[in-house]
Amino acid sequence: MYVAVKGGERAIDNAHAWLAEERRGDQGVAELSIAQIREQLALAVNRVMAEGSLYDHDLAALAIKQARGDLIEAIFLIRAYRTTLPRFASSLPIETANMQCDRRVSATFKDVPGGQILGPTFDYTHRLLDFKLAADGEVDTAPHSTPQPASKPHVMSFLNRENLIQPEASQNDVPDDLTRTPLELPASRALRLQALTRGDEGFILGMAYSTQRGYARTHAFVAELRIGQVVVEMDIPELGFVIEIGEIFVTECETVNQFNGSKTEPPQFTRGYGLVFGMTERKAISMALVDRALRWKELGEDDAGAPAQDEEFILYHADNVQATGFLEHIKLPHYVDFQSELELIRKLRREAELGQGAAE
Amino acid sequence: MTDYNFAYLDEQTKRMIRRAILKGLAIPGYQVPFASREMPMPYGWGTGGVQVSAAVLTPDDTFKVIDQGADDTTNAVSIRRFFQKTAGVAVTEATAAASVIQTRHRIPEEPLTERQILVYQVPIPEPLRFLEPSEVETRNMHALEDYGLMHVKLYEDISRHGHIATAYAYPVRVEGRYVMDPSPIPKFDNPKLNMAAIQLFGAGREQRIYAIPPHTNVVSLDFDDYPFEPTKADHACDLCGASDSYLDELIVDDAGGRMFMCSDTDYCGKRRTNGHTGAQAAPTGEDAA
Repeated sequence: MYVAVKGGERAIDNAHAWLAEERRGDQGVAELSIAQIREQLALAVNRVMAEGSLYDHDLAALAIKQARGDLIEAIFLIRAYRTTLPRFASSLPIETANMQCDRRVSATFKDVPGGQILGPTFDYTHRLLDFKLAADGEVDTAPHSTPQPASKPHVMSFLNRENLIQPEASQNDVPDDLTRTPLELPASRALRLQALTRGDEGFILGMAYSTQRGYARTHAFVAELRIGQVVVEMDIPELGFVIEIGEIFVTECETVNQFNGSKTEPPQFTRGYGLVFGMTERKAISMALVDRALRWKELGEDDAGAPAQDEEFILYHADNVQATGFLEHIKLPHYVDFQSELELIRKLRREAELGQGAAE
Repeated sequence: MTDYNFAYLDEQTKRMIRRAILKGLAIPGYQVPFASREMPMPYGWGTGGVQVSAAVLTPDDTFKVIDQGADDTTNAVSIRRFFQKTAGVAVTEATAAASVIQTRHRIPEEPLTERQILVYQVPIPEPLRFLEPSEVETRNMHALEDYGLMHVKLYEDISRHGHIATAYAYPVRVEGRYVMDPSPIPKFDNPKLNMAAIQLFGAGREQRIYAIPPHTNVVSLDFDDYPFEPTKADHACDLCGASDSYLDELIVDDAGGRMFMCSDTDYCGKRRTNGHTGAQAAPTGEDAA
């Protein structure tokens, strides 16, 4: 006698209760607050905002807490929340030339107007575990100085004056919104950049790295990497003028890439561009390299058959929420399909054995 | 729940999805791109089907969800609960009582009627995908009705194995035009694609919706000398004795003993209520718990 397995409902309820308990961990240890995550795990918060495509530190911190620190799960929580929000208007393009920079470095010029600012970077830290942090996380105040009001024009604009860099035509048309229109190929550069900026950091990094190692190699110099605050402005039709609706922190990377010229273009430098929410420079640099690799067609370069040149490959596989969902769904029941495969393989083997028997 | 609109999606999104559905019904088997939303369940868990269900459900509907033919599999439970919570619709496990049925991997055994909608969850909507990985290419192939590659694949199967070696997601041709992936249903279910109900297919991650209007001619691809044959395990259901239903195979003891039972739990339960019994059936009432 057999009684069919039931109890999906109870299993789900119990699993959720267990998950909640595991998330909290040992109740003898103080609970993490959203403010603690926001302030002390700021780079995790930044990544969740960038790949979740929603600029809200507290929500990102909440998502990280709820996801037990699993950042892709946190990104997923933010995306699922974001999709329910009404879209009431578009902002004007942000003006990164007016950024209040916390960090600004150029790898192509020793000094640039406006100066270089190292900022709060890991770059020259020695990666030695700081055991003092385990006991006492308090720090001395860092030295302060008054911000320099000097303007910081883009380094790229100096190359522009000499016509050494391929010019970028400015456009006023509003690009499609990747989250509101189905992706159709070939995609515009604006759409590609949208996909890259919310794409998985690891994937974009891997793709960028592959171009450095020779798969569609275009050697990139970081002309400028700037991280800081920019104002977001909006045109309010009822008012008839532009108002500032807030400030966001972004990372922008512009690369200069060698280019030997092609049948259609004279030799000149070309650009790659990365712009990402928050302090996310690994992602922004990677994005700029992949952006540049994807531009081979418009620049008349050869198709090297490299993954980073393949728009369809990049755009269809960069999103970690899509990728993780489809990957992990294979743990859901598939026994109906497996059963049909079982029947087929049994039949094929039976026939093969019969055939062998007949041959002997 | 008041935080969200009826059936979760906002009305603008539903309108966008309904337009895709109508276009799909107007061009049977054609994959309509739609701006799939991020849903509160992961891609791969039926986000396409959920969006289609959300777009077609009305407050008067009675909703049924099956996964692998069963109403009580965890993801079927989860999706059913989602719509109970966000739409407050009546739910049922009885195939005949449902006006909208969302399914993963099966078509119910009981024939559906004109007043029903069957919503499929689709992982990869493109039947040519594993022959040609590029979406740009496959869309062209559909536009040109260029299905030679598929026929070559089926032919190669026959020359290697003596059979078409596709057991599920078996490709079909819809109304003599589009080659379509019927979602990963076992090929046993393919003949049922010719039905009275509306069939809607939603692929969330891949951003595609397609449809088969009622009484549309759906033909499983085959050759004259190698005709399509739906297959199932060569047994009867051990619980209800049915010999016409698709069966799950269960391993019941450490020695690898097997039993077979209907994959469609509602079909099996109804038969047992009506007094049918299989070889290993418990007396009625005892296994209803």
